[in-house]
Amino acid sequence: MRPLVFLRKTPSIDFMRLHKAGFAFSLLLTVLSVGAFLSIGLNYGIDFVGGVLIEARSTGAPADLADMRQKIDALHLGESSLQGFGSPNDVLIRLARQPGGDAAQEKSVNAVRAALGTAVEFRRVEVVGPKVGEELIRAGVLATILALLAIAAYVWFRFEWQFGIGAMISTMHDVITTVGLFAIFQLEFNLTTLAAILTVAGYSINDTVVIYDRVRETMRKYKTMEFKQLINLSLNETLSRTILTVMTVALAVLSLLVFGGEVLRGFSIAMLWGVVIGTYSSLFIAAPLLYYIRPKRGGEVKKAADAGIVAERVS
Amino acid sequence: MLHFQTWKIAIIVLVCAFGVIFSVPNLIPASTLEALPGFLPKRQVSLGLDLRGGSHLLLEVDFGAALKERLNNVIDSARTALRNARIGYTGLNVEGDKVVLALRDFDQIKGQGRVEEVEKLFRDLDPDLVPTIGSDGQVTLRYSDIAMTARRKAAVDQSIEIIRRRVDETGTKEPTIQRQGEDRILVQLPGIDNPEHVKQLLGRTAKMTFQLVDTSVLPEEAQRGRLPPGDEILPAESDARRPGLPQNYVVRKRVMVSGDTLVDAQPTFQNNEPVVSFKFDSVGGRRFGDATKENVGKPFAIVLDNKVISAPVIREPILGGSGIISGSFTAQSATDLALLLRAGALPAPLIILEERTVGPDLGADSIKAGTTACIVGVVLVIIFMVVFYGLFGIFADIALFFNMAIMIGCLTLLGATLTLPGIAGIALTMGMAVDANVLIYERIREEMRSGRSMLSSLDAGFKRAFGTILDSHVTTLVAGALLYELGSGPVKGFAVTLSIGVLTSLFSAILVTRLQIVSWLHRFRPKIIPL
Repeated sequence: MRPLVFLRKTPSIDFMRLHKAGFAFSLLLTVLSVGAFLSIGLNYGIDFVGGVLIEARSTGAPADLADMRQKIDALHLGESSLQGFGSPNDVLIRLARQPGGDAAQEKSVNAVRAALGTAVEFRRVEVVGPKVGEELIRAGVLATILALLAIAAYVWFRFEWQFGIGAMISTMHDVITTVGLFAIFQLEFNLTTLAAILTVAGYSINDTVVIYDRVRETMRKYKTMEFKQLINLSLNETLSRTILTVMTVALAVLSLLVFGGEVLRGFSIAMLWGVVIGTYSSLFIAAPLLYYIRPKRGGEVKKAADAGIVAERVS
Repeated sequence: MLHFQTWKIAIIVLVCAFGVIFSVPNLIPASTLEALPGFLPKRQVSLGLDLRGGSHLLLEVDFGAALKERLNNVIDSARTALRNARIGYTGLNVEGDKVVLALRDFDQIKGQGRVEEVEKLFRDLDPDLVPTIGSDGQVTLRYSDIAMTARRKAAVDQSIEIIRRRVDETGTKEPTIQRQGEDRILVQLPGIDNPEHVKQLLGRTAKMTFQLVDTSVLPEEAQRGRLPPGDEILPAESDARRPGLPQNYVVRKRVMVSGDTLVDAQPTFQNNEPVVSFKFDSVGGRRFGDATKENVGKPFAIVLDNKVISAPVIREPILGGSGIISGSFTAQSATDLALLLRAGALPAPLIILEERTVGPDLGADSIKAGTTACIVGVVLVIIFMVVFYGLFGIFADIALFFNMAIMIGCLTLLGATLTLPGIAGIALTMGMAVDANVLIYERIREEMRSGRSMLSSLDAGFKRAFGTILDSHVTTLVAGALLYELGSGPVKGFAVTLSIGVLTSLFSAILVTRLQIVSWLHRFRPKIIPL
């Protein structure tokens, strides 16, 4: 059986020649993301702002959205939205956070239940009071910041601090643009989205670490090679792996997107974007950044020896 | 690299076998498992509420409301105590978490040296109360911090106990009821048919009292401001079936008997109407007997959560320690009231902060969607690996199979809860797990390209890729750990599968793959590596 060799020869793409365009593109993406986040804002799900979400299925005929909307509007529960959800029988009803604290949220669900009658079955009800929402936002932001710091600290510990900074900047870039994607397209931002973003951070750093590892190795091997050339060589040597891995992960995420159902949609979109942008940023941000924050050469000898011992012992 | 010690091989094979043995029960329907002999593992991974259906409720004990009620009682007893001691005061009121008042002739009290006495008077109202008397005669009464903390804790503990009793009475199987943080309670009710009903039961304080009705004044007059001292106006339970009854009642604040002396309550029928029969303990029975003896011919109110259920007239002293509450019950509401009275009253109202309820058929749909996505993802990855790495791709796929088995086996044994995001985590890890194989194989190819011999290429490939694999896995673990720490519910499930998956893939992608390659080398003694 002859396998299909993806890149038979080590390619020689001049990444460093493209890196300025990459920086400019990323800067643009970042500015757009931050701008969208600040001006339009995120379309927060009820996890974060509180409110009511009801997934209902009409038991007989396909759901009559107009009729249901009318019935719900008559309750005067503030801003509400109805949308089809998967099959024509399914409807997703959202109510904005009800004024009057935590107890008021529950009341509105009962009102909707009474208004829609027995022809509609409630498949899922989520009610989040304002208090919990605020806490979840705080925990989410905290988790993301801590994750970035912890990852940078680990990279610093395993490499040199210059690598840590590079890894943190490129991971931040990925996180910011993923959040930006959700702001620009007004996709619902909820708890699972947040989980996806943290996973994106983990994946993106994974990719960066593989490349940094190679840069460090090449630095050791070719002590006098020009730095630009050295980064190019490292990127090209790992390019085959970079592309194959992004493809396997993307395959898994794509099947989640297609078959995983509505609940996982936001998660899958964030993951898919994150995997692509994470790969891009490893190639065009993380690696070229090393050229500017130039790690010391020759200083790695001791650490490299340590790493070698670890590898020996385990294998 | 080429040599595996026997004990290492044994461990690898054992771990893989364990993975398979403990994950297999998840593929077999529970009914078939029952029939199998006892020595076989039967444990299945426990499904989260989003997959099996059920209700997740986060409740908060509204200690503030309970405190307010308590302070109102303090006001009442302070009023009586001050009157009896003939001490003048103004502005007796609850202000936030304290009671305030101003002593009228404070200079005189000071002159007579009675300050200590006044302080003692306040302390006697409630030993936990800390009175402070300012030089201008301004008094504040508040509970000490220690007393507050103790009461708060007691209120939450007691609430948990009462919730457990109420939930058990509804027949819910395997409920989880646990304290969360300082004053929150997490209730998880898997697979219940009617979450609304349970929620309704949990949301009621169910504080019952028997109080005399004050017939000297009409409710309308009392509302206009002629409320006799020591009385309160309570609304009647909304009652559509008996329109002739009053909307409000004027009742004595003093409680004849309270519901905590009840030992039993049962729904039953009287004149074809659903009613609730109850029984007092000996203390309550005596008190109830005395009170009814003294007040024959007068009406008394049965008050539940500050609403009057009914106000029957006492025809004769009720000495047996038991009685019947009639009101406008339906069979269901009589059953509910009896249940609530049996389980006891909550020390403070509960507020529902968060509710997530999933119907059982949606849960089943989610399992189906998640499983399909997982299988499709894995199949794609398997094909991908064979296409790009041939025979070595098959080795990687076999490792992937064991990876999945070990992962599910771990989840099952650890009793971790599988949620829909958790299934997504499995799919994702499978995509990421082969990354280790990709790293190793690419490295081997590179080494071969640089002209090394077959064996040393293999050796270098595994050795050099290891550091990289370790680094890249640790970073994912960091993200997973943070998610677990800070996420909630379903997201926690994702963090668990992601983290376990990272660990198992470290094992399978490196050791299981290498073991296969080594065995293949020994058996077929190939001249070239098909990479």
